Amino acid sequence: MAEILPYWSVLLSGLGVTILVTILGGVVAILTAFAAGLAQLSAHRLLRWPANAFVEVFRGTSMLVQMFWFFFALPFFGIQLTPLAAAVLAVGLNEGAYAAEIVRGSIASRPRGQDEACTALGMGHALRLRRVLIPQSIPAMLPPFGNVMIDLLKATSLVSLVTVADLTFQAQAIRNTTAQTTAVFLTLLVLYFAMSSTLSAVTAWLERRFALDYSPRSRRGRSMRLVKTGVGA
Amino acid sequence: MIWDQSFALSIIPQLLEGLQVTVQITLLGFAIAVVLGLVVAVIRRLEIPVLSRVLGGYVQFVRGTPLLVQAYTAFFVLPAYGLRFSAVVTGVIVMGVNYSAYCAEVYRAGIQDVPRGQWEAATALSLPAHSTWARVILPQAIRSVVPVLGNYLVQMFKDSAVLSAITVFELLNAAQSIGSSNFRYLEPLTLAGLLFFLVSFPASHFFRTLERRLAPTH
Repeated sequence: MAEILPYWSVLLSGLGVTILVTILGGVVAILTAFAAGLAQLSAHRLLRWPANAFVEVFRGTSMLVQMFWFFFALPFFGIQLTPLAAAVLAVGLNEGAYAAEIVRGSIASRPRGQDEACTALGMGHALRLRRVLIPQSIPAMLPPFGNVMIDLLKATSLVSLVTVADLTFQAQAIRNTTAQTTAVFLTLLVLYFAMSSTLSAVTAWLERRFALDYSPRSRRGRSMRLVKTGVGA
Repeated sequence: MIWDQSFALSIIPQLLEGLQVTVQITLLGFAIAVVLGLVVAVIRRLEIPVLSRVLGGYVQFVRGTPLLVQAYTAFFVLPAYGLRFSAVVTGVIVMGVNYSAYCAEVYRAGIQDVPRGQWEAATALSLPAHSTWARVILPQAIRSVVPVLGNYLVQMFKDSAVLSAITVFELLNAAQSIGSSNFRYLEPLTLAGLLFFLVSFPASHFFRTLERRLAPTH
């Protein structure tokens, strides 16, 4: 264990990159989720069909395949992404496709009366979504979104495979120089576990804070942290 | 022309071999996961003083760490302690252990959903504990979670691409090695994605249908 102590700064820089990829990927995922989720609810086929196709394609193939595709295959179309951009895009679009189902599902499951009341008040589509349907859906979206974010954090370890110098990448580098395999990988596991536990605690807090029946008692769904996204447990 | 059709056709047999490995790993890993997961779920529910807590920690830890890092750990650390397996076997074990934690939670939810009356009826009939579990609780619990387990199977199939990082020659690894030896990545990676899609899309639709069909009756 002592042999890897001099390399803490390397590990910390990797940790920074992992956090950066998680945040950027999270932003891409949320934007994607709302764009695709709302498009899926649209009355226009020209919005609905591409959104459905996007969601099915990104959910139906592996994230790693998508990442490699962005990194190795896009250059054949003359688009050369940096490793970081390819990584963020793959992580964000993949998790975003799963999260689009959350957006679609929770907005679609609002009580009909809300929609009808909006019509009665003469609200347009955009206003209805912005002022009524989306705000009401947020509490229902939070627990599954929390799961997506935790899954996203864990998935960022894959970016090391397209040469992004994240935590996993740096750990591999340290292993190669020190040959302290056990110490390096145990440290790595513990760091990831600490990060996902923190994220899990944060989302649990957000969930309680934004619960429609906000009260100290509303702690539903706490045990459902850390499920795989898209499995719908 | 960006897409080389004859090259694409020529590499399909190699990719199909990779797909075969992917499917085998998925099925073997899933077999480990559903069995190990069930054992973990039942022991946790029995509330055996130390063991149940340890297994609770196991479930949290496995679910809180990335599959790739677990795969690296198994691949690089285990041999140092004399546990030498081939990459494929390591891959199967890692997938099985990783998903066993998720499956354990699925079973736990299924066991929780069995109505209290079933437990009480078993007690009233003085059924011994093992028959209460084997004949009353588990058949109902498992029936209701079959579709969720099916979704995990599909997820596992897609996740197995991660094992290419520990030199398992599955579909993605096959595509990559074709790419690097021909300096053409577009066709192999696109076809690999297509093959993943062609298996997982119908499979997930099947389990979605099954979910509606098997919805609990109580």
